[in-house]
Amino acid sequence: MPGLPLLLAQAFNGLALGSLLALSASGLTITLGTLGVLNFAHGALFMLGAYAVFVVLGHTDSLLLAVVLGGGFMILVGLVFERVVIRLYYDRPAEDQILVTFGLGILIVEGVRFIFGGLSQRVPLPSWGQGIVSLGFMIYPKYRLEVIGIVAIALFALYVVLYRTRIGLVVRAGIEDTMMVNMLGINVRRTFMLVFAMGVLAAGFAGMVYAPLVSVDPDMGGPFLAESFVVVVIGGLGSFPGAVAGGLIAGEIISLTSAFNPDYSYVMLYAVMALLLVVQPRGLFGPEGRA
Amino acid sequence: MIPKHGDRSAAFLPEAALIAALVAGFFVLPFIGGSADLFGRILIWGLFGLGFDLLFGYTGLLSFGQAAFYGTGGYVSAWLLTTHAIGSVWLALAFGTLAAGVWGVLIGWLALRRVGIYFAMITLAFGQISFFLENSPLAAWTGGENGLPGVPVPRIGFGAGSFAITSGWRMDTLVAAFFLVGFALARRIVHSPFGAVLRAIKDNADRTAALGHAVGRYKLAVFVIAALYAGLAGGLLGVFQSYMPPEAFSLDTSGQLVAQTVIGGVGTLVGPLLGGAVWLYLEQNLQRIPGVGGLWKFLLGLIFVLLITLFRRGIAGSLRAFWRRTRIGRPDSLAGRGPATLESTLPSLPPHPPLPSLPLAAPAVRSAGAPALEARGLSKNFGGIRAVQNVSLTVERGTVQAVIGPNGAGKTTLFKMLHGEVTPSAGDVLFFGQRITGLGVTGACQAGIGKSYQVNQLFSTLTVRENVRVAALARSLGAFRPALFGAATAIPKVERQVEAVLATVGLEGRADLLPGTLAYGEKRRLEIGLSLAAGPHVLLLDEPLAGMSPEERVATKRLIARLGEQSTLVIVEHDMDAVFELAQRISVLANGVLLAQGTPADIQNDPAVQEAYLGGLHAHEPVGG
Repeated sequence: MPGLPLLLAQAFNGLALGSLLALSASGLTITLGTLGVLNFAHGALFMLGAYAVFVVLGHTDSLLLAVVLGGGFMILVGLVFERVVIRLYYDRPAEDQILVTFGLGILIVEGVRFIFGGLSQRVPLPSWGQGIVSLGFMIYPKYRLEVIGIVAIALFALYVVLYRTRIGLVVRAGIEDTMMVNMLGINVRRTFMLVFAMGVLAAGFAGMVYAPLVSVDPDMGGPFLAESFVVVVIGGLGSFPGAVAGGLIAGEIISLTSAFNPDYSYVMLYAVMALLLVVQPRGLFGPEGRA
Repeated sequence: MIPKHGDRSAAFLPEAALIAALVAGFFVLPFIGGSADLFGRILIWGLFGLGFDLLFGYTGLLSFGQAAFYGTGGYVSAWLLTTHAIGSVWLALAFGTLAAGVWGVLIGWLALRRVGIYFAMITLAFGQISFFLENSPLAAWTGGENGLPGVPVPRIGFGAGSFAITSGWRMDTLVAAFFLVGFALARRIVHSPFGAVLRAIKDNADRTAALGHAVGRYKLAVFVIAALYAGLAGGLLGVFQSYMPPEAFSLDTSGQLVAQTVIGGVGTLVGPLLGGAVWLYLEQNLQRIPGVGGLWKFLLGLIFVLLITLFRRGIAGSLRAFWRRTRIGRPDSLAGRGPATLESTLPSLPPHPPLPSLPLAAPAVRSAGAPALEARGLSKNFGGIRAVQNVSLTVERGTVQAVIGPNGAGKTTLFKMLHGEVTPSAGDVLFFGQRITGLGVTGACQAGIGKSYQVNQLFSTLTVRENVRVAALARSLGAFRPALFGAATAIPKVERQVEAVLATVGLEGRADLLPGTLAYGEKRRLEIGLSLAAGPHVLLLDEPLAGMSPEERVATKRLIARLGEQSTLVIVEHDMDAVFELAQRISVLANGVLLAQGTPADIQNDPAVQEAYLGGLHAHEPVGG
């Protein structure tokens, strides 16, 4: 049985990882709920965000600047993808949408590999994130604590957009009933474009914040994509609260299990998903009747 | 590709062509930058893909977790051999395949709880769980990141006369033999009754279930078949290269399988092999080109994206379409999707000879004296809305009963409860005295209740004949029977049933067309024909006349009248003339409650009905007499 300090430290690690998963899964789930498109390139876009920060930090020391520039880049990528490819697929079967985003993911990963090589590279911690901080009952790496704060702000921003703006209203209505939104004469095309870009930004932003914690490599998105899927399955389709709760739950499962036995940390996450599929297939916050 | 009856020599034509192509490929490959090693690898991917094509191409289930079974089969075989638990490679392969199948049962049981995009996500996640299991908790057995080296090669024969199948042409021949057997089996499955149900599920899973097929069990069965193929391919991989790599379990393996199958052509069986050839060949040869070598996978990804965007059929699918256009001269609209609507010809219903009897009827009922169908106190609430409240009605055997009422009266919900699509909040449905409440739509259909839908629910990618056959197969096979081998077209009773139904609904002349090319009234009659072919005792017809032209209306009314002579019908219909003409008893629903029921004369003279439903209309338009 691990000691209390280790468990507490792992609980905080779980919070940091969980908040990133929550952000990534939110992006996935609003795209899925509004556009009906499951973005299999989400993991690759996460990786692209991490590399964006890696590149900008090669020229400047400011992580803030890197995130702002990287964020703009991700939005641009999202808009171009939607405009050039995804738009052609709205009327096609869900399988085709999955396949094409999967293909786009390959292009992103391989493009990055070609440009930056396949080896993993370190992203430096920002100066304000270095060192450790004492929480009274334990000491903890400063940047991880800041990650929790930064992602919490990002999630709050997403909440404000979804629940306090006009476009958010359309997005939430679209999750309830896409056809109805179409009939209301809302400019769905522009909304879809923005929503897709928002989803891409969420993935990219998670990657940007995550990059200094780990080294970046072209294949880092694959496992993250799978974990984001698990979060969406746990949280329920198109549910923003579900994505946030599911992300935090997933982060804690991974981190706390690894306090006991790291070998089982990811296995446990998938086992919990399997269990939930048995007892409540629609997820924690999923609307009833949508499969 | 469908083998013709009695044409035995052509039965193995595709296999023969495949052997010729493989032999040619084996000799040509070394001259164009390939090798015996590459040839064997392509075949292993092709075998892996056969199962995946059955799953995705024929059943429409897009799995991103096939690596779970490839790895399981491979590691179980390799572990048994490298630990000398089993000496025979053949036996180890069998155990590995079996283990993959068992894993397939478990994962399939969980993943098939969701459909569509969720299924893709969940299978991907279960692929990952398999990867993590191999890598960490099971590393002591699997070698973790190192994999399992030293997998022995198989031997053929016994004692001094035996010889080892070493790498090179011998190993390639072995793998090719496995592929060919796998291909022949897969092709049998595609053309079997089981395969016919899979295609129906891909086209319209809800209707397939409503016709009496246990869709969930069929899906699980094909999922396990795909896992078995993957397990065998994984086992062969370890034997082929004397080493079982951990990458077999990776997400990239599942993804590569999907990509290869799409490039080669989904739903063609040879597609995965062709796609594998393209992928592995380009992988090997692009890497040799200086400068762009690092982009080999990017280029393959680009081919993949362009193919799905522009040519959805892949290589084999395009070749097949080309073959059909040129050789058989079959217009593409028949094979493809574009509807080329025929002008509505006048209904060609048979004039007066008795309707052909159906060789496949519903099973005999236990208490023939009881009413055919009975609703007892049925209620259904949707949230706060009480759609149907405490409705009781009795349908006597051999009668035609109509349910009428204004829009929103609860007729459709009542029908759905009778047919098992909706579970009542309270009350019971009895079928010949047997309680069938909550049996589900498949169970209700198997018991002998058929329903034709208000909005056509046809299989748009199947011909008219194939549509009807799907329904007849449900009566012949029962809810689920893995009839994997005989031809779907070769069950005499089913074929007679199909012919009889086509004659009954007057669509013999349209049998080989796709439903999209039929006139509206013909589609409606096919819709009725589908529910009829499942051999029901009681047929529920939900607005059978809706949207028909006057001529079609007359013809369909006549069809219904004649169906009513030989079986029990319940009709929801807004056409009052038709209702009063056809029905012996009428139930009137309004606001979810039963307002009145009785003979047409009773209903006409019922003041409550006149008030609530017919209103002033009745005074101006005396109906029925």
